[in-house]
Amino acid sequence: MSSHVVQDTAALTGRTLRHVTRSPDTIVTTAVMPIALLLLFVFVLGGAIDTGSASYVDYLLPGVLLITVASGVSYTAFRLFQDKQSGIIDRFRSMPITRSALLWAHVLTSVTANALSLLLVLAVGLLIGFRPAAGPAAWCAVVGLLLLVTLTLTWVAIVPGLLARTVDGASAFSYPLILLPFVSSAFVPTGSMPAPVRLFAEHQPVTAIVDTLRALLAGQPVEGSIWPAIAWCAGVLVIAQVVAVRLFRRAAA
Amino acid sequence: MSTTAISVHGLVKSYKGVPVLRGVDLDVEAGTVLALLGANGAGKTTLIRVLATLQAADGGTCSVAGHDITEDPLSVRKASSLTGQFAAVDEILSGRENLQLIARLRHHSRPRQAAEDLLRRFALQEAADRRVGTYSGGMRRRLDIAMSLVGDPAVLYLDEPTTGLDPAGRAEVWQTMRALADAGTTVLLTTQYLEEAEQLADRIAILHEGRILVTGTLAELHALLPPREVEHVQKQPGLEDVFLALTAAGSGGMEESL
Ligand SMILES: Nc1ncnc2c1ncn2[C@@H]1O[C@H](COP(=O)(O)OP(=O)(O)OP(=O)(O)O)[C@@H](O)[C@H]1O
Ligand SMILES: [Mg+2]
Repeated sequence: MSSHVVQDTAALTGRTLRHVTRSPDTIVTTAVMPIALLLLFVFVLGGAIDTGSASYVDYLLPGVLLITVASGVSYTAFRLFQDKQSGIIDRFRSMPITRSALLWAHVLTSVTANALSLLLVLAVGLLIGFRPAAGPAAWCAVVGLLLLVTLTLTWVAIVPGLLARTVDGASAFSYPLILLPFVSSAFVPTGSMPAPVRLFAEHQPVTAIVDTLRALLAGQPVEGSIWPAIAWCAGVLVIAQVVAVRLFRRAAA
Repeated sequence: MSTTAISVHGLVKSYKGVPVLRGVDLDVEAGTVLALLGANGAGKTTLIRVLATLQAADGGTCSVAGHDITEDPLSVRKASSLTGQFAAVDEILSGRENLQLIARLRHHSRPRQAAEDLLRRFALQEAADRRVGTYSGGMRRRLDIAMSLVGDPAVLYLDEPTTGLDPAGRAEVWQTMRALADAGTTVLLTTQYLEEAEQLADRIAILHEGRILVTGTLAELHALLPPREVEHVQKQPGLEDVFLALTAAGSGGMEESL
């Protein structure tokens, strides 16, 4: 069976990628809300926020990139839910296909779709004055970290996709994910927050990830934030993957 | 050749404590068509899902094409194919893409050719490059069955394959099933149309209250009807009369009498 892992995953990824290319609006829809937030905060609210850095776009963009991924993965949950509803998962499960191939197909498709949405948001950022100072190595680190975040959130999204009973249930999980950056250093420095909120904000993963991305994009040393950022992602990734694969194995019910 | 393609012994399955299958025994000889009859909720779909390795049984043993379903599910999946009660097709892909996908996943050496052949066989060539989302119910069902035939599996489960088809579509599916049986495929078929069982099946089994009430050829089932009743009917009694008489009579006595 294992000799066909790559073939099976490729065939199934081709299928889910077609789902994306045949409704390209999902890429745009994913990017619209983060872009609106970007414009709103930069042009309306940003003037009142003191970040201590020269340009608010530069400060804000990493957080908006995270929000993009958080809303993008809800489509993965949606597509998986549809597969379950239509009975096609059962069809695949009754065939001699490598068990994990279908989930990996959804994951690879999610990574591709999110990469496109991220490029769209980044382009708008550049248009309105985002000026990264990162060198090639720092860019590689940025791409690597965004990839890790996307993989993590995608595996998280697979769980509700498999569990949900309704379409709304399948994508509702992404709302808290989208809100989490608001209680982090993504929009305003945590120093301005009241003590209990600040305590939460400084110890949740978004702050570590955003601080790391911000430092990398600004061409500055990442200090202490990169290890917690990686540890959070890796930890959640492993747990989500184990749960998702388990659910998929007994998804028969 | 009289090997057993599907063999079920003492199969027990319940959902959250509610028993559905209470000890099913069933053998299907290779290359024959067995029609499984039963009222709504009798457990036909459940039995097929267990045999297709989609659901684990609570007890009993089943083997398909000589492979135990729990010990060697992969071999079972290689040897068999399922057309479920509700069409399982990809709505966003075209009919051709659906077939090619299944052919790739079955590791067919020439997936394009396999898809082309099945499109022709199921009269889907004209619609081949349209999204399946635009297909009529009958076309969808034909595609669904075609997808199950990719790679010529030795054992085929068809769960109410003609439900929702018009008479012409049904006749087509019947023809296909006959051709499959002639070519040596073993078919386990469930149906609500007793006429379908009469027309197609080599043997008929009736699932009632979690057990197989009777199995036999059409003639053997006819012989089970009490003679008095037969006299009252002018023409040869249909399978429907037999089915209703048996399932109404309660399991005990009838089972003994076979
Ligand atoms: N996943 C499930 N969870 C709980 N109960 C179930 C589940 N699947 C089936 N059942 C129950 O098991 C019984 C048998 O269902 P099954 O679908 O096998 O019947 P069937 O003979 O195929 O009926 P039909 O002719 O309506 O298709 C029914 O009472 C049904 O409600
Ligand atoms: Mg059924």
